[in-house]
Formats: sequence, C-alpha cells, structure tokens
Amino acid sequence: MADGTTETEARKLAAEARDRVRFEEDALALADQVYRVARGFVGSREEAEDLVQDTYARAFRSWQQFTPGTNLRAWLLRILTNLNIDRARRQQRRPETQPLEEGDYFLYNKLEEQAGQPLEEEQVVERLSQHDIVSALSAVPHDFRDVLVLVDIGDFSYADAAQILDIPVGTVMSRLHRARRVLKRELADQTEDES
Amino acid sequence: MCDCIECEQMMQPYLDRVLSEPERREAEDHLAECDWCSARYRFETELRTYVRITYAETMRPELKAKLAALRTPLL
Repeated sequence: MADGTTETEARKLAAEARDRVRFEEDALALADQVYRVARGFVGSREEAEDLVQDTYARAFRSWQQFTPGTNLRAWLLRILTNLNIDRARRQQRRPETQPLEEGDYFLYNKLEEQAGQPLEEEQVVERLSQHDIVSALSAVPHDFRDVLVLVDIGDFSYADAAQILDIPVGTVMSRLHRARRVLKRELADQTEDES
Repeated sequence: MCDCIECEQMMQPYLDRVLSEPERREAEDHLAECDWCSARYRFETELRTYVRITYAETMRPELKAKLAALRTPLL
C-alpha cells in the first residue's frame, strides 16, 4: 500500500509541475503586453522593468491562485496595478491637484488656432512628438491615467479594467472620459510652451 | 439631427462604440454634413492611434531573460 500512496503522490506532483510549467509559459507569452501597460503607468523604462519583474516574481509564486480558463492577462495586470499602487504610496508623491479639463474638441481647436487653418489628419504627428505624449500622460493624475493606460494602450474592455482596478464600470467610464480630456489639455499646454 | 455641442459630447462614446443605435445614427448624420465636427473626430481617432503607437515598444531582451529566470527550476 505504501508504494501505491507514493505513486499517487508522485503522479500528483508531476501533474502539478506540468500545470505550473504551462502557467509560466502562458504568463511569459503575455510579457510584452504587460510591459506596455507598465510603461504607461510609470515614467521611466527602468521603473517599468522593475515593476514587470516584481509582477512576474509574484505571479510565479502565487500561480495556484489563478483559476485556469479565466483571463490571465487581466490577472497579471491586477498584480501589476496593486504593486504600482504600493510603489506610488512608498514614493509619497505630492498630492495631486484636481486637473483642469476642457471639452473634447479643445486640443484640435488649439492646434488649428496655432496653424491658422484647418488641420489635415497627418498633421497630428507633425504637431505632436512622442515625447509630448509621454510627458502629457505622466502629468495626468494616476487614478485617471491608470484607466486610460489599460483601455487605450492595453486594449482592455471597460469591464476588464474595472476588474483589474477593483472599481465599478461606471467609474472606469467617467475616469476614462476625464483622463482623455486632461491628456488633451496637457498636450495643448505643451504645444503652447513649445511654440 | 444633433448639433455640434451634442456631437462633441458623443465623440468619446462614439469612438468607443458604446452609443445606442439611434444615438450612433444621430452622430453619423451630423458628421456626414458637418466638416467642422468630422475633422475633429478624425483628429481624435489619429490621436488615439498615436498614443497607442507611442507605447508599442517591446521590452528589451535582457528583461525577457530576467523574467524567464524567475521561473521555478524543474527538478
């Protein structure tokens, strides 16, 4: 009987190892997507890399808490988001003031005013650099920014973003709405400074 | 048909494809006739794409290697 028990135990261990390997491979296959969101969350590449490493270290440690068949990408992003909140707390960022926001046409109107004529589509990239985007996004308060990063960069649905951030879908929508307006306001301020 | 102010308010839900069918038709009817609004809608679409492209970088191979090294070693 002792041999039978050992054999059952060995089979169990082998099955567990197989599940773990599969989990780790599936998680690693999503690493680029996780990294992109991390890049949107934090200012520098180094910080994003640290955040992704911490995320994977935690994910691999607690892999058994993941329910197979559910959304692994959202599960990983939930870990990343929580680690990012802890990190922001540790850094004790200056309290964020309520951002000014304008209407949805604000940035276009501003750029058109500067150009002195209606803008053609390709002029978006001519008038805004990627540096402008990164710097404007980092100026959006993080509660709003996190939603924008998940939906507009990470391509998550409202429902997934709500689950990851642990907030209602309605809050995702209102924060997203405001985040986009604040982003455009920041971009408008920057192009004004540059011109 | 809606006016330009209503059309501006519908921009984000329209581009997110969460408007109801009648609302979507209202916005599209307005956009078909209003160059002022449709230029702004095109601009917003471009801007969203541009934000996405800005963050489309892939991670450095060094980071990929570090993540793979975090895996549990097989016995």
